[in-house]
Amino acid sequence: MNNKLLGKSIIAFSFVSVVLIISALVFMLLEIYLGGRSYLSWEFLTQPPKEGMTEGGIFPAIVGTVLLVIIMSLACIPIGTITAIYLNEYANKKSIFTKMIRFAVNTLSGVPSIVFGLFGLGFFIQFVGAGMDKIFTPEGELNWGQPNILWASMTMAFLTIPIVIVSVEESLKAIPDDLRAASLALGATKWQTIWKVVLPNAVSGILTGSILAIGRGAGEVAPILFTGVAYFIPHLPSKLTDQFMNLGYHIYVMTTQSTDVEATRGIQYATAFVLLVCTFSLSFIAIVVRYRFRKKLIS
Amino acid sequence: MAEKEISNKNSLRRKFRLGEFLAEYIIKGVAFCSFAVIILIFVFVFKETLPIFSPKEETATKQEFLQSESYGDEPATESSSQMSDYSSFTSDKKDVADIKNLTGKEWQPVGEDPKYGLFPLIMGSLKVTLIAILLGAPLAILAAIYSALFAPKRFKELIKPAIELLASFPSVVVGFFALITLATFFQEVFGWTFRLNSFIGGVAMALAVIPIVYTVTEDAITAIPKYMTEASLALGANKWQTALFVILPAATPGVFAALLLGFGRAFGETMIVLMATGNAPLSTLNPFEPVRTLSATIGAEMAEVVVGDTHYTVLFLIGSLLFIVTFLINAIAEFYVRAKLMKRFRGE
Repeated sequence: MNNKLLGKSIIAFSFVSVVLIISALVFMLLEIYLGGRSYLSWEFLTQPPKEGMTEGGIFPAIVGTVLLVIIMSLACIPIGTITAIYLNEYANKKSIFTKMIRFAVNTLSGVPSIVFGLFGLGFFIQFVGAGMDKIFTPEGELNWGQPNILWASMTMAFLTIPIVIVSVEESLKAIPDDLRAASLALGATKWQTIWKVVLPNAVSGILTGSILAIGRGAGEVAPILFTGVAYFIPHLPSKLTDQFMNLGYHIYVMTTQSTDVEATRGIQYATAFVLLVCTFSLSFIAIVVRYRFRKKLIS
Repeated sequence: MAEKEISNKNSLRRKFRLGEFLAEYIIKGVAFCSFAVIILIFVFVFKETLPIFSPKEETATKQEFLQSESYGDEPATESSSQMSDYSSFTSDKKDVADIKNLTGKEWQPVGEDPKYGLFPLIMGSLKVTLIAILLGAPLAILAAIYSALFAPKRFKELIKPAIELLASFPSVVVGFFALITLATFFQEVFGWTFRLNSFIGGVAMALAVIPIVYTVTEDAITAIPKYMTEASLALGANKWQTALFVILPAATPGVFAALLLGFGRAFGETMIVLMATGNAPLSTLNPFEPVRTLSATIGAEMAEVVVGDTHYTVLFLIGSLLFIVTFLINAIAEFYVRAKLMKRFRGE
């Protein structure tokens, strides 16, 4: 009898914690939506900030975030995909080289995002950027050796590479070896097999990984804090050496450092809501793609 | 020359092989990049801390501008009032970060006599992380148990995406939520003197820790071989008895790994603590007072320091510390726990 009670209470407790987590999620969503609802409008999305950031929209922040994510994707998706191909198709699973790469990938996914920011500052700006300046502009002009959108995107790319790798590898692993064997038996070389047989079957994994990486890149703020983001710039970034505005950073500075925090509360909520909608729709798409892919595999 | 011979024999094949060769080596090279990245991070974060370990006499003239750091209507604390005056000064004082200065109990990087005591920061990080784990981990583990063992299939398909959505919550939004909604709510209910404190930070951090603890625990539970569950059921144990006495003990190393990874995540997380903990480097054990964590210190101060300065170097030292701690935690979670799990499943 006592035992039965114990069992029931375990199930009840675990059920309650699920409900708690889900309700926390729903509550956060509702709170942010309700807070920003009255500010959301087409103008809010397409206008730059006005009146010392107390009015107007968040258009430059949206553009900055999109550009950041695009440049980041150009770097992290190919590198991540190719690394995953190496790990799953070429690598000798027991060689030290493979183990090293695997360990590096695992470690990379655990490095705090702020450390990536420091790394971006120390490596991209102080080392690569300053080095490029020394070569191209000997007059000592600062061109690349300062925070800009390129270095911010590269820093973010390093952060998101493991996400792509994990997702692509998962889909590569799911491809039956029969397919590869059949292709090789027909006389295709290894690379032909990968390019024509393996990769087309891994598209969903690459897609999922890319979407997850983009979602992460859009939401992270810490890595770009000192590698290129700006509080406010009147013009949109037009070249790689420009600084940029960013949705997440916009929320951060508006809530903690703007002159009148209370007056811009609505803008803050609305910005947070826009950012949430972006990352949520991205991860939702990723979930759906993955779910469909798994279903296809089972059938 | 040997190459030429082969190409004379059958030129078609050689062309093929070159492509293959290139493909393999390019792929291998790119894969190596991922490895190089971690080395680069290691090298370049540590490189900037080197001046600390090679003491030098430096009396440079420098200018520092510090923004006031009032977060919301947080009452001015001891340090923030001292920091909020814009100070530009020439420093002919000794601005060194030696061991004595670093192990001090005060973090006060700006002023006549800068103090780089890391103690309050480390304590702040530990405090927030512990609160986050204490609040988040039980919830996450119980939720994982429920969804892996008890949940009806339909409901399970709802739980997983919900947790994934929670994981995709940008930390800056969680911080925002904590700063505005949670902090106000808790202050109204409990009447705390400090609106932003380590408890608020911990609660918000729990939201960030839950997805990772949940995912790893759930993986550990589902990785348990079917025969263990079936043997238990066949012996007449019911569902929850199997869960409690068979599955959970078998999954403990996985749960331990989940806790470690959650700890690592919380320890390094920046935006949440930067926004929600009040950022005053106090070293008290009271969870309802503001704290400043290691990560938040970097986030708040890095933008304002002069490159190459002692303060800059110390911030990189903090970064290295974060890197090492999370690195070790991940390594332990990876090797120790995996080894233990494997052993257990092989029945040794």
